[in-house]
This record gives sequence, C-alpha cells and structure tokens, in this order.
Amino acid sequence: MLELRKDIFADERDDNLKEIGRGTQRQDMLGHVTGTSTYFDDHKLQGMLHLKVLRSPHAHARLRRIDTMEAERSPGVRRIIRGADVPRNLNTLLSLINFGKDDEPSLAVDKVRYKGEPIVAIVADSPREAYEAMAKVRVDYEPLPAVFDVEEALKPGAPVVNETYPKNTFVYHDVYDHQKLRFGDVERGFAEADHVLEQRYQMSPIEHAPTETNGSIAAPDTNGRYVVYTSTQALFFSLDTCAKILDVPSNTFHFIGGTVGGGFGGKVDTLTEPLAILGAMLTGRPVRYQLGREEEMQFGSPRGAERIYIKDGVMRDGRIVARKIRAYFDSGAYTRLSSYAVVKCVAHLPGPYTIPNVHGDVYCVFTNRTPATAMRGFGVTAMDFALECQMDKLAHLVGIDPMEFRILNAYRDGDMKAHRREAKNTALIECVQVAAEKAKWPLREEVKRMSSRKDGGGSRAAISPTPIEPAPQRAAVSQQRTIYDRAPAATIQPAPPTPTPPPPRPPAPSPSHGATRFSSVFGTRRR
Amino acid sequence: MTKTALQFRHNGRDVALFVDGGVNLLVALRELIGDMTPKFGCGQGGCGACSVLIDGELHLSCLTLAETVNGRAVETLDGLKDGPNLHPLQRAFMEQFAAQCGYCTPGMLMAAKALLDRNPSPSRAEVIEAISGNICRCTGYEPIINAVLAAASGGRARA
Ligand code: FES
Ligand code: FES
Repeated sequence: MLELRKDIFADERDDNLKEIGRGTQRQDMLGHVTGTSTYFDDHKLQGMLHLKVLRSPHAHARLRRIDTMEAERSPGVRRIIRGADVPRNLNTLLSLINFGKDDEPSLAVDKVRYKGEPIVAIVADSPREAYEAMAKVRVDYEPLPAVFDVEEALKPGAPVVNETYPKNTFVYHDVYDHQKLRFGDVERGFAEADHVLEQRYQMSPIEHAPTETNGSIAAPDTNGRYVVYTSTQALFFSLDTCAKILDVPSNTFHFIGGTVGGGFGGKVDTLTEPLAILGAMLTGRPVRYQLGREEEMQFGSPRGAERIYIKDGVMRDGRIVARKIRAYFDSGAYTRLSSYAVVKCVAHLPGPYTIPNVHGDVYCVFTNRTPATAMRGFGVTAMDFALECQMDKLAHLVGIDPMEFRILNAYRDGDMKAHRREAKNTALIECVQVAAEKAKWPLREEVKRMSSRKDGGGSRAAISPTPIEPAPQRAAVSQQRTIYDRAPAATIQPAPPTPTPPPPRPPAPSPSHGATRFSSVFGTRRR
Repeated sequence: MTKTALQFRHNGRDVALFVDGGVNLLVALRELIGDMTPKFGCGQGGCGACSVLIDGELHLSCLTLAETVNGRAVETLDGLKDGPNLHPLQRAFMEQFAAQCGYCTPGMLMAAKALLDRNPSPSRAEVIEAISGNICRCTGYEPIINAVLAAASGGRARA
C-alpha cells in the first residue's frame, strides 16, 4: 500500500480550520502592493496585434450594407472580421445549461439592436491603425423605431427588438412569457385587509465600472491550441462559450485568468474572448482586445433596470395578509443573464416574510438598451429595495415601529414559504434585533424576546387554498433547439491566415425532438 | 510615422527609447519599457490607475505625452521597494487590507507616496484629498485611508 507522506508537508497546514475572528492575509496581497499581480493586459507577446470593434451608433437599425474595402487597404490592417467569419454567430450564454435560445450575434449581420453593438472587428498592428481603418468602414444604416421602456415594449405594435423573441419577452418552458408565483388567494386577502397599499418602484441600470476594463489576449500556442489571457470572472464558462461560438473542441483553449481588476458581475459575459481568439486564428498572431472606458460603459453589460409594482394588504395589528407583485426586468436587446435573474427573483418573493397569500408575475423584457447581466445579488437586490421601502410605508400606515413590523412579519423555522418549501435556518428576527441594538433603536421587551426558532410552523406551515388559473395554450413548438454537433476533433486544424473570409457554414440541422445539450467535455450530443 | 528619441530616468535607471508622436507615458512605460505597474483604467484622466511621479510630483501617465518627460525622473510602483524591503506604505497597505482586486493599488500607492514625501504626517482630510483622483471600486477607501495614516505615523515612529 502506497501512501502519501503527509508528514513532509505537515507544517504547510495545521488542519485547524478555526479561522473566524482571526485575521488572515489575502494570498495575493504581496503581488498587489508590489504591482506584480498579473492582469490579462500585463502580458506582452511578440508580434501582438490589436483588435478594435466598430460599434453601432444607433439603438435600432437595419444594416443595409457594410463596406470594408477601403478599410482593408488601410496601413497596418491585418484582418477585418465580419459576422460571416464567426463560425456560430449566434449564442446565448446560458445555452451551456440549456436555458434559452441563441439570440445574440458576436458581430451584427442584419440588424443592430442597441447602441454600441459590435458590427466589424479590425485587427491591426497598433490600436491607432485599427482606429484609422475603422474610420474607413462604411455602414449603411436604416434606422428603425426603438423602444426603451419595458412596459412600452409589451404593448401591441411595439417594435420587435430581437426576432428570436418576437413578443419582446423571454419565453419560459417554451410557453410562458413570464414567471409566475401563486400561493393562496391574494384577492381574498385584499378583501379582508384593513389597508391596501399599492406602489410603483423603479431602479435604473447600474454600471459595475470595474477599474480594469474587460479584455483578453489570445495567442496561438503549440499543437494547434490557443492560450487566452482574460479578465473573465468565469474562466471555464467563458472557455466553453468560446468553444461553442468558434466551433472547436474546448480543449483547443488554455484559459489563464483569475487575477481580475474588479468584476462585480460585469465580467461573466465573455464579451471579448471569442473575437480575440478568432483574430488569433485568422492571423496566426497574438491578438489583444481591450475595451476602452466608453466601450465598457456603452457595450459592457450593466445591472438591468427593473420596474416593480407592489400591492399589499395589511391588518391593523400589523400582519401582512396579501402581497401581489408585478415586475419587469429590462434585459436590453439580448438575454445574457436576465432570464435567470427573473427566476431568482420569483424564488425570493415575497421577501423574507411569512405572508399567507402571494401572487407574483415577473417578466424578462427586451428593449433597445445595452443587454444587462449579473451584478451582486441581481434579481434580488432591486426587488428587496422595493420590498423594504414598502415595509416602511406599511409600518407607517398601521402605526407600528418599522423594526418591530419586520420582526412581526418575519419568517420563522417551520413556516411555509411561497414557493412551497419549508423555511429552515431563518434568522431575520435575530438580524433585526442585532441591527436595532447596534443602532440603539429601542425595541419592546416582548419583541426582543422573539426568536426565529419559536412559534413557527403550525398554521403558518399551511398552504392556503390557491385558485387554479387556466393554463396558456402550448404553442406549436416555436422554440428551435440548436444541436452543437461538431466535426471529429482530429480534423480540426488551426485556420491559416486567409485573405478571404471562409465560406459561410451551413445552418445547424434542426433537431427532431427533445432537449439537446452541448457538452464541452466530450464534444458530443447528450440527451 | 516619425519617431522621437527620448531619455529619462525610470526608477533611478537611465532609459533611452524612440517613441511615435502622440504616444503617452503610460504606453511608453508598459509597452516599450515593460514596466507593467501603472495600469490602464480609462485613458482619459478619470481613474488614477496610471498615476506615476514625475520629478516627485504626481501625474497621470495616460494624459502625459511621453516626449515631455525627456530628461526628467519618472517613478512608478516598480521602484517603490528598496531591494527586498517593502516601503512602509506597502507594508501598511498589506496590514490594513487596503487592496482587494489590486488594480487601483499601484496608482494609490504613488498618490500616497507623493503625499508623504511632501507631508510626512498628514491629517485624515489631507489623505482623502491626496487620493481623491484615484478611484477604487472595491475597498470603499476606508482601509486605504487608514493604511496611509498608519504608514505616516509608522514613519514618524521610526524617524
Ligand atoms: S488610465 Fe489614466 S486616469 Fe485612468
Ligand atoms: S482594490 Fe479593486 S479597485 Fe481598488
């Protein structure tokens, strides 16, 4: 029996994991204070080229013609990349977990759907030469009516933003234009309530503004592989996304990252890697694609805007008996991660409170704004802002101290949550008690003695009778599922630099039935 | 494109190079000299990630034409250590948890050094003023301010 001699490394770890309350140094701190932490842009590669992207100045326009003739002849230009050069020029990030339809091109072909959308990528010897060539690209736009408001986008006759979703809403389970939550009967709750309060809340998009902008450097490596230095927050997710978009096995790539100059959710979208790698494939040279600050703001996804309507029924004694929520998430022109944010939001309703009747409708809506993405608690943050504003207003309405009002309505262990899971390990009451103490906010003795562990369950564990609504008609398979079959890995060669774009690939065959999953590991189809 | 010959001191060493017209000091340092410590955050004077000292004064290298440092002395974070020994500011940043992603840190440290070089015992308000051109999106500034103050008083104790 062979055994690793742990005693050799004994002093490297003491197996005592009691870290709480002890200061621990970050392992990367020395690198940070000496400036030796290596971010993606700190790699200087021999013969590196620079990629810059021509972006749409319009929020919504048809692309009649893209003329790159003059730009191709501009000094220092190595390659101009257009949508037709991207092997799979349509993707949605969460297709890796089979969620949503491919709806976003790497480079726009027929239409642009938001200001800042990429149209043409220029690879040149220097950033300056890339910009000079960019000024020579002629694009003939036919501006289209645009829609910037989530509720406007849902009105009949609104401009269709993204043809993949002609109703301007993400489609859940092939049928539903929104996510629903039904628990008990809110209308009965409102009828019984002493007060009903209905309010509208709104949150703007928020830019993460990381100090380092998004970017990546891709370089040909040995054996037909590519090494990619990237600012991504999601290394393997980005790697798989690139494998899908560029239609090569995922083991083509060696992604190097982890040292990120601030992300906060704004570096999960694989914004730069596919084009940087494609540039490296087409030129055989290292290619650097770094966003400028303006691009980061205009094209880098923000936290999405949300509009939220809350209607609550509350009793004079402070119990909330019904909560009805209608919310619209502004996904921008493409899905990215907003579809998932909606699911997360609905799971969070009605906030950390036990309310017997809850009704939620949350929509993921497409508008001609910059596509939104993840940011620190997205899907929950704005909703919580609205809910907690509402809680203060309700407390005021019934004349109860706002801290006490929250404790009164807080969920407790054993309660039934609106999505029909029993609440466990709840601690809102204790949180509010500690917050009140720290803020020297007086609480009554009786309220101070309340606990999340006590008085939960029982009638609070019941699911109140919930009226059944008619189900929507299941549309005849409207959703196309894409199969990501590829040629066997052995035939894949790094593309040599070519002066002409490769012929467009035939469209992916449409599958016969069932869900198909892309496997980045085996490059095969799994059911 | 015409190139301009350029000579200056970089962290105490003489360097000579040719730069294209219009190249800024940030690009010259990073791409021509290979000193990666000044960072690009905006290229337009908004963030301070590219801060360096020129003849002891704080400057934004992204807004400084490379040609203008001819004959002058440029200091970056790369030159802050004394051999293997960390500068008191670097030690204080480590101890006070004054960096998270670390991207603003090179610029912050240079801004803090510029302050302590001219004012060895600044007030809290003076520290805040001194780093007001440097954006940090991670720390919330408090640990950075504490670190600069700690380095300043530490310096006094040693003096
Ligand atoms: S990069 Fe110079 S101030 Fe931002
Ligand atoms: S530590 Fe991240 S920006 Fe300051």
